[in-house]
Amino acid sequence: MKETIFSFLRGGMLAPMQRKTFLKYTAMSGAVVTLGLQSCHKDHHTGSAGTTDVGSGDMGILNFAYALEQLEAAFYVKVNSSFYTNATDAEKAVLKDIMNHEVAHRDFFKKALGSSAIKDLTPDFSSIDFTSRTSVLGAAKVFEDTGVSAYNGAGQYLTNADYLTIAGKIVSVEARHAAAIRDLLNPGSADFAGDDVVAASTGLDFSRTPNSTTGGPSIVTTANLYLSTKISANQLP
Amino acid sequence: MKILETIGASFEKDVIEKNFSRREALTKGLGLGLKAALISIPFGVFEALNNKAMAGPTNGDIVSVLNFALTLEYLESTFYSTGLSTNGLIPSSDQTVMAQISKHETAHVALLKQTITSLSGTPVTMPTFDFTAGGTYSTVFSNYQTFLALANAFEDTGVRAYKGAAPSLLGAGAVLTAALDIHSVEARHAAEVRKLRGLKGWISNADANGLPTAIYASEDNTTQLNIDVTTTTSAPAVNVTEAFDEPLSSSAVLSIVAPFLPS
Repeated sequence: MKETIFSFLRGGMLAPMQRKTFLKYTAMSGAVVTLGLQSCHKDHHTGSAGTTDVGSGDMGILNFAYALEQLEAAFYVKVNSSFYTNATDAEKAVLKDIMNHEVAHRDFFKKALGSSAIKDLTPDFSSIDFTSRTSVLGAAKVFEDTGVSAYNGAGQYLTNADYLTIAGKIVSVEARHAAAIRDLLNPGSADFAGDDVVAASTGLDFSRTPNSTTGGPSIVTTANLYLSTKISANQLP
Repeated sequence: MKILETIGASFEKDVIEKNFSRREALTKGLGLGLKAALISIPFGVFEALNNKAMAGPTNGDIVSVLNFALTLEYLESTFYSTGLSTNGLIPSSDQTVMAQISKHETAHVALLKQTITSLSGTPVTMPTFDFTAGGTYSTVFSNYQTFLALANAFEDTGVRAYKGAAPSLLGAGAVLTAALDIHSVEARHAAEVRKLRGLKGWISNADANGLPTAIYASEDNTTQLNIDVTTTTSAPAVNVTEAFDEPLSSSAVLSIVAPFLPS
């Protein structure tokens, strides 16, 4: 694993790309590379500070996804419980569909993870003004783009092909959401796949590992902004 | 859309009939470009690689998958660049969207070619495409709705193709991540093009909306990792089908795009 990644870094993928760009879009670091050499037996647990760690290995990655899906589902349930001012029927239809998708993702992960699942997380959406279109759609954009980059970044650390396929089945739906929300915010523009998330030179979407701080706060940090029960991914890259 | 429904039916037939071997495909006189692709890409390449042990794919394996992807990206990039250069086809309101998609497809072609070369492989040459599919879509570059319908078809197919390919890149590290990063961009494109067609950004049941039904085969699946998701969630069944996009095998993808490849 290590050897393969390093040989790509040396002579493979990096050759056609700027190294900086590559690092930005794959969020790779020395710490990341060693993950593949770890065994995957540590269980997630609630730490002394009340933080829920998602665990290690494939279960850790799936629990990390489960945490993000819990957050998204809770957000859209709240959005749908009382829509922002002057929401159109078309907007309500989009937001209702997305709510149901995220609820389905959340419930699927809970069932699939079974006894390995982290606990139900309690969200904290106090920073979002649910009466404001700008605030709600802005938060939705963050959640969707974050979800896309998280699945993209975690994929290569999965060892089970079926789990990789499941992640693939979900991430493309998150990407569809991201495009739809971005289109609501700025219709007819290039924002649905804007240069802020898709690198213009390579056409690659943003991908990040849970703890990578390349390009801004880590996904764990961003998620914790909206959680009163905090999570960590201390055994993941 | 009637013509699209008609071709949809014939696509279905094709999928059954074209469950052919690689050798048969070659003897059916597919064009030089596709032949070149097929020589380096055996049918079922994804599936064969998936069955390998955890050792991960060799560079040769990776090159095969990337050449398959490159063929699809050639198709898309040529399609959009032709559309954009056709005066009067794309309304001004949609020019920005189409230019953004085209930019990405062109970048994907360049990235894949460079990556294949860096892995000591040889990128397949670009075939000459027939976007009318033998006359079926004769208005592809004169009727915007036909153009949009094919854009929809290519994007949703692309999403399914990359998803099907991903497990065969398990263990390929950065190359897998790059493939995933392209995959989600195709999904963003798909959602936007669907919206321009007046559709939801996501795929409900196996609804083909006038496109060949093979493109949406099995999209109505609700069982994931042996769990019938409809039994474990309050979300309506149609939303469960929308919530999970389904992969396609390389042979299924090839059947879908074959009519656009030279005969």
